[in-house]
Amino acid sequence: MKQSILQVTGLTMDFGGIRALNSLDLDVKSGEIVALIGPNGAGKTTFFNCITGIYTPTAGDIFLTPPDSSKKISLKGLKPNQVTEKGLARTFQNIRLFAKMTVLENVMIGRHCRTKAFVFGAIFRTAATRKEEKSIIETSYAILEKLGLAEFANEFADNLPYGAQRRLEIARALATEPLLLLLDEPAAGMNPQETIALDKLIKKISLDGQAILLIEHDMQLVMSLSDRIFVMDYGKKIAQGTPAEIRENPVVIKAYLGEEVDA
Amino acid sequence: MVSLKELKKGLLTSLWFVFLTFPIIVIKVDPIQRTVIWRWQNALYMALGTFGIYLLVKYYQHRKENQPSRPKNTEQTESFLHGILQKPLQRKILVGVVATIAVLFPHFFSTYQTNVMTTALMYVVLGLGLNIVVGLAGLLDLGFVAFYAVGAYTYALLNLHFGLGFWTVLPIGGLIAAMFGVLLGFPVLRLRGDYLAIVTLGFGEIIRLILENWGKFSKGPSGISNISRPGFLGMEFSLEQSILYTYYLMILFVIITIFVVNRLQDSRLGRAWIALREDEIACQAMGIDKRKTKLVAFSLGAFWAGIVGVMFAAKTTFINPASFTFLESAIILSIVVLGGMGSIIGVVFGALILILMPEYLRALSEYRMLAFGGILVCMMIFRPQGLISNIRRTYRFEKKPQ
Ligand SMILES: Nc1ncnc2c1ncn2[C@@H]1O[C@H](COP(=O)(O)OP(=O)(O)O)[C@@H](O)[C@H]1O
Ligand SMILES: [Mg+2]
Repeated sequence: MKQSILQVTGLTMDFGGIRALNSLDLDVKSGEIVALIGPNGAGKTTFFNCITGIYTPTAGDIFLTPPDSSKKISLKGLKPNQVTEKGLARTFQNIRLFAKMTVLENVMIGRHCRTKAFVFGAIFRTAATRKEEKSIIETSYAILEKLGLAEFANEFADNLPYGAQRRLEIARALATEPLLLLLDEPAAGMNPQETIALDKLIKKISLDGQAILLIEHDMQLVMSLSDRIFVMDYGKKIAQGTPAEIRENPVVIKAYLGEEVDA
Repeated sequence: MVSLKELKKGLLTSLWFVFLTFPIIVIKVDPIQRTVIWRWQNALYMALGTFGIYLLVKYYQHRKENQPSRPKNTEQTESFLHGILQKPLQRKILVGVVATIAVLFPHFFSTYQTNVMTTALMYVVLGLGLNIVVGLAGLLDLGFVAFYAVGAYTYALLNLHFGLGFWTVLPIGGLIAAMFGVLLGFPVLRLRGDYLAIVTLGFGEIIRLILENWGKFSKGPSGISNISRPGFLGMEFSLEQSILYTYYLMILFVIITIFVVNRLQDSRLGRAWIALREDEIACQAMGIDKRKTKLVAFSLGAFWAGIVGVMFAAKTTFINPASFTFLESAIILSIVVLGGMGSIIGVVFGALILILMPEYLRALSEYRMLAFGGILVCMMIFRPQGLISNIRRTYRFEKKPQ
C-alpha cells in the first residue's frame, strides 16, 4: 500500500456568490499519475490555485506528506512560494514563462527555493556562492537535457516553439524538486505529434518516481497516462476511479457528452 | 511608397507644429523700439523641416516593418558596443581608454567642467541605483529622489549638530536611505505599475514637504549651509583641490557601484528580480518570496541614492528642499529609460548624455531645451529599448555533465 503524498479534504472556494469548488476530496499517492478532468469551467484550475496558495480556499484542508516521513504538513494559508518550498510545483494553463530570460535562466529560477545565496554572497562572490551557482547551472542544464530542451538553452523563452514552451514550463517546475508535480493542461494547443512526445515525456518523468497530478482535456492522453482519474463538474467531484472504470461511468459520459469530441 | 493619406497627415503635422511654435519663431517683439517683427519665413522653414522629418520617420518605420524577419536568436539588436565588450582584448582596450580619459579629464578641462562631470557621475550612480528597482525588478518608482534627500539631509544634519565628517556619515546615510527604502517598500508590496508609480510619487513629495515645513528639524526652505566638504586624513584642501578630489571620489564610487550592481544582477538575487519583473505570479509559484525580493530591491536601490545624497551635500556644501523635487526623480528615471532598462552601460551613457548634453548645448542658447527635448523624442522613436539594451548572459556548455 502506497503512502499518500497529497490529501485534500472538503476543499471549498467561493467567488462572491459563485461556488467554484464544492467540498472536494482528492488524494495522490507516491509515484502515481493522477488525472483531474472535467468540462471547461468545472473548477480544475481553481483547484490548483487553491492548493498552491494563489487563492485562499473558503474551507477545507490540504495536507502534504513527504514520502520519508509520516508527518503531515498543512499547506493551508501558506503563500505560493512557501507551498513550492514544501514540495508542490505547478505549470500554468496559459503559459507563464519569463519571456525575456533565457531558457536556462527560466529553469535556474526554479532552483531558487533550494538555494540560498543572498546580497552578501552575490556581492563578494564567496566560494560557497560560486559553488552554489555552479550547481544551479549544472542541475538546470541536466533538466533541460532530460526534457530535450538543451539546444535552446541560451534562447529567450518567448522565441521557443509552442510545444517547447510547454515543456519548459515542466522543466522549470521540476527544478524545484517537487514531491508532487502539478500540470495544468500541458497538451493544450499542441499538435498530435507534440502530444505523443508529451505523453512519452510525462511517462519518463514518472519513471523516476515523480508523483504527478494532471489536468487534461485530451482523453487519449489521460487514459494512457493515469493510474487514477478524478472527474469534476460544477466544482463538485462526480466520479473517481481507474481509467477503465471512468470510461464506463454513466455520470461521466453524461457530463462529457459532446465535450470529448473536440478535445 | 508614401500614400496620399500619409502625405496629408504629414502636412497636418507640420501645420500643427507651425501653429505651436508660432509665438516663438515668427513673432519677435522688440520692447525698446516697441515694434513687432513678423518673421514669416521662419514659419515656412518650420513647416518644411517638420514635413521632412515626418517623411523620414515614416520611411524609417516602413523599412523596419518590411525588413525580412531576422533569425530568431538575434532578435535583440546587438550593438557595436556589445560586440566589443564580448571580446576580452577589445574590452580591455576599451576599459583602458575610458579609464585614461576619466583620469586625465580634469587636467585638460576647466574646473567648471570638472564640476559638471562630477555631477554627471553622481547621476550615473543614482541611475544605477534606480536601475535595480525599475530596470531589474520592474517596480516603477517615481519617488526615488526621496532617498537622495534622506542621504543628503542625514549628512547635513549630522554634520551640523554633531560635527560628524563625510566618511563617517557616508555609510550611515546609505543605510538610513536603505531603511527608508524598506519603509516605503512595505505599504506598496501589493501594488504594481501605475498604482505603484502614484504611491511612490506621493512618497517623494511627502519627504520633500516634510523637509520644507518641519523648520525645527530641517531648517525649512532656507536649507542648511556650511556643510563640510569631503576630507582626506584631515588634510586642508583649497576649493580647486577639493573639486578635483570630489571628482576622483565620484569616479571611485561609480566603479564600485558598477562592480556591485553587476554582481548583483548576475546572481541568484538578480535573476529573481528579473523574474519578478517578467511575471509575478509565476515567480511566486517558482518559490521566490515576493516580499523579500521586492524589499531588498527597494532598499539596495535606495542605498545608492543615500550615498549620492551624502556626496551631494558634501559637494555643494549647501542643501535645501528645492534640490529634491519631482523633476529630479523624473530625470533619474529618464536616465534609466533612455539608457536601456536593466543595462549598466546603458545607464552610464544615459546619465552622461542627459546631464552633459544640456551643458554642451548651451551653444544653441535659447533653443537648448528644445533641442534636448527633440533628441529625447527621437531616441524614443528610433530606439524604444534604450540606447544600449541589456543582453542576457549566456552560458556555454562544452563539456557535458555526466
Ligand atoms: N478569480 C476568480 N474570480 C471569480 N471567478 C473565478 C475566478 N477564478 C475562477 N473563477 C470561476 O471559477 C469557475 C472555474 O474556473 P476554472 O477553475 O478556470 O475552470 P477550469 O480550469 O476547470 O476550466 C469558472 O466559473 C470561473 O469563472
Ligand atoms: Mg483551467
